[in-house]
Amino acid sequence: MTDLNKSSLKEIVNLIKSKKISSLEVTKHFIKNIEKGKNLNSFITTCFEKSMNSAKEFDSKKNFDGLLSGIPIAVKDLFCTKNIKTTAGSKILENFVPTYESTVTDNLWSEGAFLLGKLNCDEFAMGSSNETSYFGNTINPVGKNLVPGGSSGGSASALAASLTPATIGTDTGGSIRQPASFTGTVGLKPTYGLCSRWGIVAFASSLDQAGPMTQNVEDCALMLEAMSGYDKKDSTSINKKKENYLKNLNQKIDGLKIGIPKEYRVENMPKEINDLWKKGIDILNKSGAKIIDISLPHTKYALPTYYIVAPAEASSNLARYDGVKFGYRSSKGNNLVEMYESTRGEGFGDEVKRRVLIGTYVLSSGYYDAYYIKAQKVRRLIKNDFDQCFKNVDAILTPSTPSSAFKIGEKTNDPISMYLNDVFTVPANLAGIPAISIPAGQDSEGHPLGIQLISKALDEQKILNIAFAMEKSIGHKQSLNRWWE
Amino acid sequence: MEKEKFDYFIKTESNIWEVVIGLEVHAQVISESKLFSGSSTKFGSKPNTQVSLVDSAFPGMLPVINQYCIEQAVKTGLGLNAKINLLSIFDRKNYFYADLPAGYQISQYKSPIVGEGAVTLDMPYGSKKIGIERLHLEQDAGKSIHDLSPDNTFVDLNRAGVALMEIVSKPDLRSPSEVNSYVKKLRTIMRYLGTCDGNMQEGSLRADVNVSVKKKGEKKFGTRCEIKNVNSIKFMEMAIDSEAKRQVELLETGKTIIQETRLFDTKKNETRSMRSKEEAHDYRYFPDPDLLPLELKQSFIDNIKNKLPELPDQKKERFIKNYKLTPYESNVLVSEFETSKYFEEVIKKADINLAKNWIIVELFAVLNKKNLDIKESPVSPQNLASLINAISSGEISGKIAKKVFEIMVETGDEPTKIIKEKGLKQQSDPKELEKIIIKVLEANSDKVLQYNSGKEKLYGFFVGEIMKASSGSANPKLVNDILKVKLKK
Repeated sequence: MTDLNKSSLKEIVNLIKSKKISSLEVTKHFIKNIEKGKNLNSFITTCFEKSMNSAKEFDSKKNFDGLLSGIPIAVKDLFCTKNIKTTAGSKILENFVPTYESTVTDNLWSEGAFLLGKLNCDEFAMGSSNETSYFGNTINPVGKNLVPGGSSGGSASALAASLTPATIGTDTGGSIRQPASFTGTVGLKPTYGLCSRWGIVAFASSLDQAGPMTQNVEDCALMLEAMSGYDKKDSTSINKKKENYLKNLNQKIDGLKIGIPKEYRVENMPKEINDLWKKGIDILNKSGAKIIDISLPHTKYALPTYYIVAPAEASSNLARYDGVKFGYRSSKGNNLVEMYESTRGEGFGDEVKRRVLIGTYVLSSGYYDAYYIKAQKVRRLIKNDFDQCFKNVDAILTPSTPSSAFKIGEKTNDPISMYLNDVFTVPANLAGIPAISIPAGQDSEGHPLGIQLISKALDEQKILNIAFAMEKSIGHKQSLNRWWE
Repeated sequence: MEKEKFDYFIKTESNIWEVVIGLEVHAQVISESKLFSGSSTKFGSKPNTQVSLVDSAFPGMLPVINQYCIEQAVKTGLGLNAKINLLSIFDRKNYFYADLPAGYQISQYKSPIVGEGAVTLDMPYGSKKIGIERLHLEQDAGKSIHDLSPDNTFVDLNRAGVALMEIVSKPDLRSPSEVNSYVKKLRTIMRYLGTCDGNMQEGSLRADVNVSVKKKGEKKFGTRCEIKNVNSIKFMEMAIDSEAKRQVELLETGKTIIQETRLFDTKKNETRSMRSKEEAHDYRYFPDPDLLPLELKQSFIDNIKNKLPELPDQKKERFIKNYKLTPYESNVLVSEFETSKYFEEVIKKADINLAKNWIIVELFAVLNKKNLDIKESPVSPQNLASLINAISSGEISGKIAKKVFEIMVETGDEPTKIIKEKGLKQQSDPKELEKIIIKVLEANSDKVLQYNSGKEKLYGFFVGEIMKASSGSANPKLVNDILKVKLKK
């Protein structure tokens, strides 16, 4: 029988469609993997009984119309799932069971997939290592002492360890691409508005975007096709025709112009990252693409801008967790204000509190103009930089992260050094444009490194194609020895 | 009428103080559903039965603007002769309260949907223009109920998310009576437009009142205090009067006014401090990232403009011009849309002069006494028209008409039926009248002799006797004519 641990999502879909394997067999396989992978702590909630029932129901009807017919999928625990606990990695939502299904997960289910479980993540997606989760940190299958990145760390870990055939995450400042880079997987942050935000626990509304996390580029195209689409319940959703990303996927990148931004050569960048970047440039060159040096002059302001805009929005988005209507409520406090204080004091972790404080501060009267307004202006300049560049190039190539996966506990006491991890990923969120990270090599210790392709808004097909071509040339396939089992 | 008679100043031994008032009126938009959700807005439903996941701010829920509410706001803006902004922005106003589920209210801060406009007040001393600063859309909060239990507060979210228009005036108002007139005018305009029912009992219309005082003739405004959430016109007038006096007293004793938010205690007729400027909330306004800026097309606005109904000011002019009403009469008749409609129904079939007097004097008296809305009037426009026609044709006298009207009020019957059944028809047949007159004169031949020898004041006596003999139905004019002739003989 086929080794499902070595099969891509597309291959499993084909196995099911060609009736070589049943949905139930696939589901049982992944359940077994999840049970053996408990040490990774990548799941917050599993729903095996429900998954098995869904698989059985699929097998009894065998409707192969969907893109994801009969596929069990685990998703980041930031997507609200009907009747299944949704925690956002926080104590404050520890026992929250939504009565509704997020649009993006609903889209997956409409394509024939069903839920396998909910994946660990940084609390309210605030973090770059999965260490801020109330449910404990997730371990990177690449190495016992390594973080999987974050905030979609549980998703990346489960995917890399074959605990789910594919998954979805959310990316506010790099939360899909950085963990993808740390785990040797593919992660795409789509154009802002391509995937509906309805039913996703909000972190920073103007930056949040759901996207696929997969083993390879083909799967990425497939998942993006399944999850994206206009949603009238999200006022920021883009009203456009659905694309056939998988069907249109090809490796013809001959003649495409690829920009190399000089500002991404940051200080103290490890040599191996620079080498990886060079390797990427070489591959593209050999594939017939034209390499062009470009400048994105406001890049250095992206990170500080992000750490004003995102906390500002978060401080407001998280105000609803007050113990009044749903979620955790502290038993302490003699009046409303005291109840608020103890509920939020006990319900939120340190990183969330830190960002709520920063956000509240930058929106306060007297500081608003100096911080929030200034940040919005810089955000516009960053977007203008990209707009300018995309007049001359089709895509931009950069490293995904300034380092490979770091050690658990290494940066927990140094938030700034943690934030610096997002330096290459944040600009795409600020500009609302798509970016993909694909595995491109390894560091001296054999830890995966990712490379990032960025395009103008709604050009997902283009970066998927370039990534597809590069993936083939790189020819790297990660093989882990399943040490955690 | 001269202005001085109506001036509102606070006079002390040493000074004359002028009061400066600006209003922020919160008007609930007439709309089936809420501003950003599909929940119903029906008043008086069971608590928490009209609450969607969006209204209660569940994780991942997003607001979607209700286009109808936008139309209503634009319509109101046009009714206030205001500039409609093609681009406006929804902001979040952040504060914690149990009946504010998201921890923020979606409102419009720096870029409202409607800009500057004006309304005209008809004051006894002439018309006065009051500037409108802006109109913006915002969500209402829910309701906290503190008096149902000694230990708990209950929250009803039925109202949470209902669309409100906040209409901010310029500080152009100078007296409680101008405020009275301004609020009524706003209400009239919105009722004409069908954008707010103006029902103050149900909280559809409430106001925050900004009051400051300055010495008469002084250009610079004094420090203002804001009196929050006053929900009747009478209370607004009382609150202004009491607040202005408080401020004058402070200033005259050498103290200063602290800018603050105050509440009006209706029982004690005084305002008291709610929170000072230092304690004021920092609402941390910022554009709501869940909503794109609202862009309107000029054609969208023009479309609404073309369908705008006749507004009270236009109707008033038309009534004056077409029906030869005095400005006062016209004002009274247009102040409520339903009244103007009633009036125009009546005059379709009846005399204008009689109609306006009957409505303004007789009908209003009855409605006031019975505390009824004109829509609930026991006398229908058709019935009032036939009553007036009965007067015009001489079928009944004005005096009898009042009697018939009283019966109409009680029974709702048609006047013709009442006249017939009660035999109230005026006797206008000269021959019949002559018979009655001859009879009366014969029965009082001694008085006739006295009259003819010069006691002319007996004339009234004869008329009285004739009316009595006809049980009041004799046509007075004809009686007069015939009696004069008979007595000369």
